[in-house]
Formats: sequence, structure tokens, C-alpha cells
Amino acid sequence: MLSLGSAGGKSTKPSFVSYVTPEEINITDIDASRREKHPNLLPGEVVFCSASPILKSSQEDASQRGISGTLFCTNFRISFITDEVSSEEVAVLFKNKLYGENDIPLTFVDLIYAGYDEKKKLITRGQVKNKYPPKIIIHCKDLRVFQFSLTFAKEEEARKIFQGIVHHSLEPKSLKCIFAFSYCENTSSSPEIQRKQRTVMFNTAADWTEEMMRTKGNCKLVTDNENFGISQKLAQFFIVPSFVSEEDLPKCQGRGIPIWCWTHHSGCALFKTASLPLTEDDSESQALKSYMERMLNAVAQNHLYSVKTEELSETLPSIQDIQQSYNKFKQFFLIDGTTEFWLSDVKWFSSLENSGWLDIIRQCLHKSVEIVECLEKENTNVLIMEEEGSDLCCVISSLVQLMLDPYYRTLTGFQSLVQKEWVAGGHNFLDRCNHLHHKEKELQSPVFLLFLECVWQLLQQHGPAFQFTETYLTVLSDSVHVAVFSTFLFSSPFQRVTTMKAGSPQTQRGPLNFPTVWDWSLQFNCKAQDLFTNPLYSESPKQNKAMRRPFHAKHQRQLSLPNTTYKPSPKKGFFKEETENLKKMLRGKRISRWMQSTEFIQASTREFYESWSRRPLDYHGLILPCLDGPAIRLWMQRYLRWIPEVQIFGGGPVALLNKLADLLGEVQELRAQLDLQACHTDLTHQRAVSLPRTSARPTNAFPFASSRTWGLRPTIPTCLLQRLMITGNLANADDEVTEAFADVV
Amino acid sequence: MEKSGSIDSLGSKQSSSRQPSVDSLSSTSTSRSDRSSHAKPLSALSSDSVSTSTEFSPELRGRAKVDAKVLRDSNKLAQEEPQLLPKETVQETAKDITYICPFLGAIRGTVTVTNYRLFFKCTDRDPAFVLDLPLGVISRVEKIGGASSRGEVSYGLVCKDIRNLRFAHKQPEDSLKKSIFEVLMKYAFPVSNSMHLFAFEYGQIFPENGWKVYDALSEYKRQGIPNESWRITKVNDQYELCDTYPATLVVPVNIPDEELKRVAAFRAKGRIPVLSWIHPESQATVTRCSQPMVGVNGKRSKEDEKYLQAIMDANAQSHKLFIFDARPSVNAAANKASMKGGGYESEDAYQNAELVFLDIHNIHVMRESLRKLKEVVYPNIEESHWLSNLESTHWLEHIKLILAGALRIADKVESGKTSVVVHCSDGWDRTAQLTSLAMLMLDGHYRTIRGFQVLLEKEWLSFGHRFQLRIGHGDKNHTDADRSPVFVQFIDCVWQMTRQFPAAFEFNEYFLITILDHLYSCLFGTFLCNSEQQRVKDDLPKRTVSLWSYINSQVEDFMNPMYVNYSNHVLFPVVSMRHLELWVGYYIRWNPRMRPQEPLHQRYKELLAKRAELQKRVEELQREVTNRSVSSSSERAGSPTRSITPVQTFV
Repeated sequence: MLSLGSAGGKSTKPSFVSYVTPEEINITDIDASRREKHPNLLPGEVVFCSASPILKSSQEDASQRGISGTLFCTNFRISFITDEVSSEEVAVLFKNKLYGENDIPLTFVDLIYAGYDEKKKLITRGQVKNKYPPKIIIHCKDLRVFQFSLTFAKEEEARKIFQGIVHHSLEPKSLKCIFAFSYCENTSSSPEIQRKQRTVMFNTAADWTEEMMRTKGNCKLVTDNENFGISQKLAQFFIVPSFVSEEDLPKCQGRGIPIWCWTHHSGCALFKTASLPLTEDDSESQALKSYMERMLNAVAQNHLYSVKTEELSETLPSIQDIQQSYNKFKQFFLIDGTTEFWLSDVKWFSSLENSGWLDIIRQCLHKSVEIVECLEKENTNVLIMEEEGSDLCCVISSLVQLMLDPYYRTLTGFQSLVQKEWVAGGHNFLDRCNHLHHKEKELQSPVFLLFLECVWQLLQQHGPAFQFTETYLTVLSDSVHVAVFSTFLFSSPFQRVTTMKAGSPQTQRGPLNFPTVWDWSLQFNCKAQDLFTNPLYSESPKQNKAMRRPFHAKHQRQLSLPNTTYKPSPKKGFFKEETENLKKMLRGKRISRWMQSTEFIQASTREFYESWSRRPLDYHGLILPCLDGPAIRLWMQRYLRWIPEVQIFGGGPVALLNKLADLLGEVQELRAQLDLQACHTDLTHQRAVSLPRTSARPTNAFPFASSRTWGLRPTIPTCLLQRLMITGNLANADDEVTEAFADVV
Repeated sequence: MEKSGSIDSLGSKQSSSRQPSVDSLSSTSTSRSDRSSHAKPLSALSSDSVSTSTEFSPELRGRAKVDAKVLRDSNKLAQEEPQLLPKETVQETAKDITYICPFLGAIRGTVTVTNYRLFFKCTDRDPAFVLDLPLGVISRVEKIGGASSRGEVSYGLVCKDIRNLRFAHKQPEDSLKKSIFEVLMKYAFPVSNSMHLFAFEYGQIFPENGWKVYDALSEYKRQGIPNESWRITKVNDQYELCDTYPATLVVPVNIPDEELKRVAAFRAKGRIPVLSWIHPESQATVTRCSQPMVGVNGKRSKEDEKYLQAIMDANAQSHKLFIFDARPSVNAAANKASMKGGGYESEDAYQNAELVFLDIHNIHVMRESLRKLKEVVYPNIEESHWLSNLESTHWLEHIKLILAGALRIADKVESGKTSVVVHCSDGWDRTAQLTSLAMLMLDGHYRTIRGFQVLLEKEWLSFGHRFQLRIGHGDKNHTDADRSPVFVQFIDCVWQMTRQFPAAFEFNEYFLITILDHLYSCLFGTFLCNSEQQRVKDDLPKRTVSLWSYINSQVEDFMNPMYVNYSNHVLFPVVSMRHLELWVGYYIRWNPRMRPQEPLHQRYKELLAKRAELQKRVEELQREVTNRSVSSSSERAGSPTRSITPVQTFV
């Protein structure tokens, strides 16, 4: 009678459903030669164990069809090699050279579940005995979900592979066990390869000096920390306000020192610092107080005796909050099946909201806009601080610079920014990413991902202002977990430098030379790398000349902005007393906005945004994000790319990209024709940008998941009949109210 | 026309197309009204249409360009009156009116009421602030409270396009003198005051006559009808079989007209199953009708059963027929017991037919949902609870159900090669949504600008979606339970599809917004009346102008520069909430904070313009080359005689 929603979906799906139950699969058929299949090992990669036949039931195939093959566990990855003759060696455009679509680098493993018939059980380390479950489910940090059935493998092999996988991807290990070490011992380094479009690494004094000159800062370079004599937390080289005295530098293990981030063209600058420890001891606290006073004074003297301090932990969520929220959030994308997908669809928006993730993004952007306002409108020096000075400080300082400085919105500029604020800035990647599977989970937090999320929000609101694409950001967010690059491997500059210097204990070859993530050729070929650059980037006409010039011109206009008058309101916060003292000290001089009531800040930020949005749009000037509800969105490419139910066949942004590529090609071809016409030569047809013209229609998962296993039938929601529970008079009424009345009469 | 067209107008016009942004309107209205003085008659209208979708002239981006014009035309701008359309006359003007803008605060200026629009202008601000809305969008005018202590009275205008406007002015000293807002009532609700809608006055001549866009016979011919299984009947020529159906109907070949009448007796309002669309290859069809009059006793009709069998038989590929009842099953069942004795087809009576309920709610639920949505988005958006607030309106859930229903229909027809019958209760609301969306998925022709116009003319207008009742044109009875945003919802669904398939539609977002703006404006005759019969009776094609006349006369404004003609592609949108989003460009367009900085289309258009320019150059050069080679074939190659200025591309 009634055909319920589900009827339309699965059961009628042609050809993709295998009605063969796993038991019926002929195991003996797998010939011996295939079992010797091997993953293409990377230099330094060693196979620990393998098992076959293993059945992989893929997420991308709603029917429970499995693919049989061999599962390997190496010191780099878990790799599944299919037995199936790859008849369709589809030229995968976006192939990663380090790991394929059936590979899970060990550092990608987020959670492992043991799968039994109907339920699954989370596997925690240390509990693995001699038994092994029939199925192993792996959730990856790039949000892929893998299911491997161990039932048909030899018992011995199955046990070994299970234990191997669990051991190598869950048990704590030492830094030296990270694959990067054996990889770089076995590769010859070619460090000068990407020098032409150089990402500034900020590991030399010259890099910092150059950066300060670029922004016309007037602070001073500190070289005393080259051997980490001042602090092991700080970089070898860093810049501080000129008024910081040499004696003060080594006083508090680097805490409290205002580290220069960036100078605004007005002369005011952004600094960050780790908070001073709290102490009970009176005399000590007195000393700390006066130390901090001197530091603040130094910051204030950088420009016009003004400073605003911002204790980030007071207004932004803690790193544990961030971790918790992300844990909730990511669950929406680690989906086990169609039923679960449509069930979760019903409460999608409120679930998103409840995770709080989008709100954290909004808060970070909001805070950054506030600081931009201080620099841009009030020309006040800003000192941001937090416990370690290397988590939210990095997020906020990099966002502020992205909004203010168009250089950072270029590809190399962005990479340099990450080097400056995050790598040299001492973000504890090792623990935040939990590369070593340590027990102390509270250190783990996706702070860098949060930053990329914020960048994505800016990017989707102001696309042409960025030279890079969302694909670039998505790839970068994955690369954080590829344990081949040094970039995201260490907990501090000290650890980085000492580890690399120590060299390899086995070979005694001298300093290790890890590749950096910015050498994209290690992961992608040139064609794939083309997808990193935004074809609609509005290139600055004067970019080749002085980077600063357009900036200055713009500045004139901005100064003419009406300055809102603000009355200092009672301030609160960590530095209450310090600021009080400083105020006394600087009496009569200009004191800028201090801690204000939140409503005041909100209103003022709003006004700042509005006055900005009234000005002509300049992609090479200041850009600000819109923060209203609908403006903060879900990063669909990153989060939805592996979910088959949401793939739009022939649609999504790639449809535009294709058209755009065609257009660009045509324009360039015509230009070429013009040039050639001028000198009467024959025309050669050369397409500039060309995406693969395959018959298969790409989906919105482009360029990540390939669609070949997906059917061309639409996905019909199965849980639609989770009906909208609307009851009451309205719902029961008929459409034609008046007609009904007429009938009665 | 001005030659500057391509690039210059690009900036001003195009910006409004992607999403009407602040800039768009003022830049357009200034530049256009400027042009109107010395050129085309078109311009007055276009400035109008843009201003319906935009409110804030002051915040304008890309001002520099416009400024020049403003200076040149400073005299005109100083005027406090709008650029009038043909036959538009000023009815009343009042100074010292305060417009209480939810975004900018109180603004003082002058209100002009014409027989078509309300025009508010404040010249004190720089740049001047203008509010220009057709009276048709006003749903209700209410006096708010009594006179305040300052002796001011305040009026609220509730609008159909998701905004409320509030004005205040001094209590007139002469108590007999009417407030301008009382005067406004008369012109805002002409139908209630036994007056004509402005559409009947407006006599703009356009180069193209939009009333000719849709011709039933040629549309059916395009589909290959008549053929061996389907015929065109003239039984409803005089609207005697069914007064809410069009004159031209397509029915199975083997059902004679006499039998149609008996089928009509069994279907609500005589709306028998007729063909909407036929698959060019499989011959599977989409047919539409109203509910069968089954009633409590489960009445049957041999003729109706035979008729549906004939629909099934017309498609040799399948021995099955799907009947999609748009309603929730509960409501369908409730209809049996209702006064009218409706219901749904029982599968016992209809062999080989499978009945599927699509769970789409009725017009009252939809009206309520949009009302809630308006509360959530206007004037301010609560930041931290935005998503749960949005969810609580259920608006997107309704959109999802409608799209899911259309998707299932399209899937049955395309993948299942099975014919489908679609109905709800009367078959003019949900049915129209479903058939037109399914057809949009199945047939690329409807995704072109003209094809979409045909789709609306056919599935909505000719098949009797009751626009007059659902919108309440010129009617002051704002609480009328027959009003419902069914058509808005459909356009929203179309927009969702354009989001998912950004290159598959020839039209852009501005096209959809323009349609919705003129759904209410009462400037064009297109959306007036409830049925084809009434339109013929009122002689609308003679007495009014079609919206398509306007659109097709400046069609480049409504083009999607990224359109790729995938005419034979079937589009299956993803109907998960993950891919549905609120149409900010329509529902939240009054909020200046939600306006995009620069529409991306702008850049695409620049690229297209660049291509055109290059193409022209290449052609010129080619001509030159051939000329030269003809005149002196011995001339040496590689010696350009003329210097060619290199073309700067930004690529």
C-alpha cells in the first residue's frame, strides 16, 4: 500500500548491490601471486605485518559490498591493497604521492572501533589481548571512515594485523618513532628546490629583519636566544619593542616579553606574550608587577604612548573547550550509514549549533576584528596574551594580519605567516595534534584547524582577496597529520632545533633535514597543485613594485573616517593594577581604549564593520568578516567530502571551476591568437588551464573523493517520514478554508 | 542605446543581480534615471524594479563611479519626487516624516505617494537616502498607538517581502486632515476600494511582447505531443469541463471527450489528470490532477480507473503507475471525511498503481512557517542561536520535503521509466510545486530564461494556481486564510537548485528576485487573477504588460555568466539539510550587514566581457590579415605595420 520512503532508495538500486553475502565469497579463488602485492613503499618505510584476504566495505558505497584485498601495517601507514584488477586506472587528478585513497597514515588514526554484528566498541590502548574482532572500524582525522572485515583472513594474520594496527596507531611512542625520522634518513635532501617563490621560514635573523623592514616596524631584533639562553619556548630570533631593556629579557623564562608580530602602517604594532605566573609571594609578585609595568611601558612607547592589552583566555574558549566542541562537531561527519545520515539530517541545524564549533569560530573572528579596530582605527599598540602565548595568540595574531595585510593573502605570504606565527611562534603541534598518542588528552586540541576554519570563513566571504583556494586549506588541514614534514611535528622551536641538530643516532650523518610541508611537490604533482591557486584572485596591479604602496594610498582614506569618541569605562581584567599604574605614568599622554564593557565593544565593532563596509571594496586593503548568523558557514568541502549521500552529481563549486577554466583558457587562447596575428604565424591551440574532461560528472567532493563507485541515481531520503511533527488546527485544516465554508453555507 | 553598455553598466547593474546589494540599487537607480532623461523609456522601469529590491541608497560601494553622474545630474537628484512611470501620478506629498529605520535609526524626509508607489527621500544625508516601494508589497497599514507625548503619530507598514517599515509624523493640527498614510491605504488596496490595480494603467511599450512567450500548442509540440498515445483536446475550450484549467489539455488518445466529463465528475473541481511532461525517450509522463472524490464510503469511478490505466498504458516501458499524493497521509485520510468527500486512490481500485504520500504540509502551515521566519530574520538576527531559531521555523524542512518529493517524481520518471500522477487536494498548490520542480530537474529547456517563463506560464498560471487569492493583490484583508507563500516557496526551491548546480541555469539570482518582487508589485499583469479563464475574461494580455516583456527586453541583466548548456542532463539535487541553506539574498536582503561585498558574478562577467573584447579584436585582425594578403600576397610575414596595443588581462 503505502510505499515508505525507504522503498525508493536501496532496494531498487541496480548493479551496485551485491546480493552475495560475505560468506559466499570464494576465498580460495585468491591466487597466491596477488597475495604478494605490496604497497609502494616510501623511502624508509617498513612493513610490520599484513593479512589477507581482508574485506573492505567502503563508506562510499551504501550497499554493503566489500572489496577484498590485503591489509598492511607499516611504520607509516595502514594500507589496503585491493585484489581487484584495477581495470579502470582512472587518472586520479588529485592523487597524493604519500598516501593513496586506501591508505591511512598512522598519525591520521583518530579512533578505532571493534565492529561486531550490530554494535561497535571503542578500542582503547592496552586492552588488546589475543582476541580480535570480526571487523575493525577506523575513524580518521581527515574524516574518512574505513571498515575492514577480518573474518576471512588466517587467524594468525588477522590477530597480528589487528594488534599491529592498534599498537602502532594508539600506543604512546617516542618522538623518534615518528615516520619522518626514518623517511629523512633515507632521502637525499634538496632544500634549495623551492627557493624561487620562497616561503619565509623565520629561522634566521635576516628573515625577521626583512619582515620588520617590510612592515616598517621600529622594534629591535633579539639574537641572544640563538642557543635558547633566554627561553626554550621562544624562537631563536625574535623582535621586541626597542624600549625593552637587555637586562629584563632573561628574567622570566621568556614570559611577559612582548613578542612583535606585525607593525601597522601607522606605526602601532601587535605584540603577543605568555602570561606571567601567578605567585603568592608578596615581594615576588611585586617584582613581577614592576617587570610587567616596564614591559607594557615598552609596548606603549612603540607608538604614541598607547597600549591595549587583551587577555585572550578571559574572553575566548579554552583549548579544552575547543577540543570538546570539535569532538562533538566532527561526529556529524563520521557517518556509518545511510540510515544514520538521514536520521541526523532532521536536527541538523540545532546539532551544529549545539556543538558550539561555529560559535567558537565566530568568537575568534570577532576578537580579531576588535584588535584590527584598535590598530586600524585607533592606532593603538596591542598586546595579546594568554597562558602559553602560543595557542589562541597564534590564532588571533595571524587572523589580524590576514585581515590587514594583503601580502599574507598570497600563497607564499600565507605560508610565511604560518611559519612566523605558528612554527617560529612555538605552537605546540606535537601535543595539540597528539602525534605521540600520549595519555594526557587535555593537551590535545585542534587549535591550528580552528585557525584554518577562520581563514576559510574569510575566504568564502572575500574570495578574490585570496590567492589560494579552499582546496589548499583542506589539504593543509590534512597535512598537519602527515608525519613526514617537520613543520607540524614539534612542540617548540627548541625541540625542533635540538632534535634536528642531534642528527640521526644510527647513521651519524649530521643534522637531519626534514622536508617542510610547503614543498608541495612531495605530495602533489603540478597539475594538482594548480588547484591551490584561485583563478579569480584579484591580483594587485602594483604587486611587483613596492608591496607597501597601495597600502599607503588606502591609508589616507581611512584616516578621514569619523573617529567615534569613546569614554573610558571602568575596566576589568588581569592587568587592572598594571594598567592603573601605567595610566598614572602616562598621565596627560594619550591613553587608548582599555578593557571595556562587552556591549560597548560589540556596538563599537559593529560600527567599525559598518563604516568599513560603506567604503569602496578593496581586495588589497583591509578585509573584515561579516559575523552575523548566516554568514558563518560550514566548510562543506572539508567536512562533507567523503559522505556519498551529499554528493551532487554534476554540481557543486566544481561546475563553476570547469566553466571558469574554459573561459580562462579561451581568454588566453585568444590572447595568444592576438599575439600571433601580429606576427603572422600559424596558430597553435594551447589551453592554459585544463581540467580533465572525463565523461564522469564531477561532484562537489571534487577534488577529493572520486565518484566512480557512486551510482547515478539520486539519494532519496529514507527518514523523511520522521515527519515534521506539525499538529494543530493549521496542519489539519484543508487548503481551501473559504471553499469549505461556502460548501457549508 | 548607449555604446558604453557592456562594461560600464556591468558594474552598476550586475552588482544587483547576484544579490541586490546596497550599491546596486542606488548606483543603478542613479545611473539609470540619469539615462532615462535622454534615452530609452525602459529605464524608468528598470530603476523601479531595482529599487524594489533595495532600500539603502546611502551605503554605496563603488561610489566613485556614480559620483560623477550624481554631480552632473545634481539638479535632478535634488528633486524629492521619484522618476514616474507612464500613467503614474503623484497623489500626495508630505514633508517632515520620520522613517524609523531598524538599521540606521530615525531618518527625516519627504514621503510621496503615487498610484503605484511609496517614495521616501531624505536629502539631508549624504548620499541621499531613498526608500522606494511599490504599494503592492504592502500587506497592511496600521496606526501604532495614539499620539505620543511629542505629538507624533506612528504608522507601521507590514510588507509581503519580509520587512516592516515604520514611519512617524507630527499629529496634524487640523484634526480633519488625513494622514498621508490614510491616503496611502486607498491606493495600496485598490481592490478593496473598487479601483483598478496599477497594472491596468501602466502602458509601457517594450520591444518584446511577453504575453507571447507561452503558447500551449507549441510547447506541447516541443515535447512531441500529439503522438500515438497522447492527444490534444479542446473539450475545455470554453472552460466548461474545468474552469480552473487551461483551454488546451493533453489526454490519452483512447479516452474520448465524453468520458473526460465523467472523470471530471470524480475529481475535485473537475481537475482531471492531464499531461504536464513526457520523457522524450522512455515516454514516461508526469500527469497532474486533483484528489479523487472518494469520500467516507470509498466511492469508485470506473471511468477514472480506466483513465489512469490509459495513462499507464501510454508508456510501454513500465507496467506500473506511481501516484504521488503530496499530502501527509493523515491529511489525505481526513479529506475523506470532510464536507467535500475527497481522499486518495485505493490500490484495490487502481491495479498496478502504487500510492506514495509525500508529506508536504498545507498552505496554512507554510504561511505560519514564513511568518516565523520573518520574525527570526527581520530586522535583526540573533547571532548565537541563529541555527536553532532557523530550525524552529521549519522553513527549510518544508523546502526539503518539497524538493524530496520532486526528486522522487523525477527519479521514477527518469530512472524508473515509470509514469507518475501527482496531486494534492485541489492540485494547484503543492501539485504545481512538485510538477514544475520535477520538470526543472528533468528538462534542461526549463532551465533557460525563456524555458523557465514557459514553465511558470504553464504549470502555475495556466493550471490555475490562485495567485490573486494566495497573494491578495490590492486586497486589504490581510488575515485572509487563503493567503500563502506557495509560490515564494517554489522559487526558493529553484534557488536551492541553482546553488547546487551553479552552471546549469541560464538565469541568475536577480532573475528570481525580480520575479518575486513583481509577484507583489502589481505593475505587470502576469501574476494577476486566479486562472486562465479569468485572465482571458479580464483581457489581461491587452490591458496589461507582461513581466516577461520587461525581462526579455533586457535579458542580459538576468543571465548567469557561468551557464553551460547541459540540456540533456537530468539534475538530481541533494535534498539533505546539509545542502539546504536560507536564501539570504532574498529573505535577509534588507539587512545592510548581510550584503555581500562584491558579487562574484561580477568577476565572471568581467571575464566574459574580456573574452568578447578579445574575440572582436581577433576577428578584426583576421579580416585585416585576409585583406592584406589579398592585396599583396608577397608582403613579408612578421612585419606588423600597425602597433597592436597589448591587451591587459587580469588573468
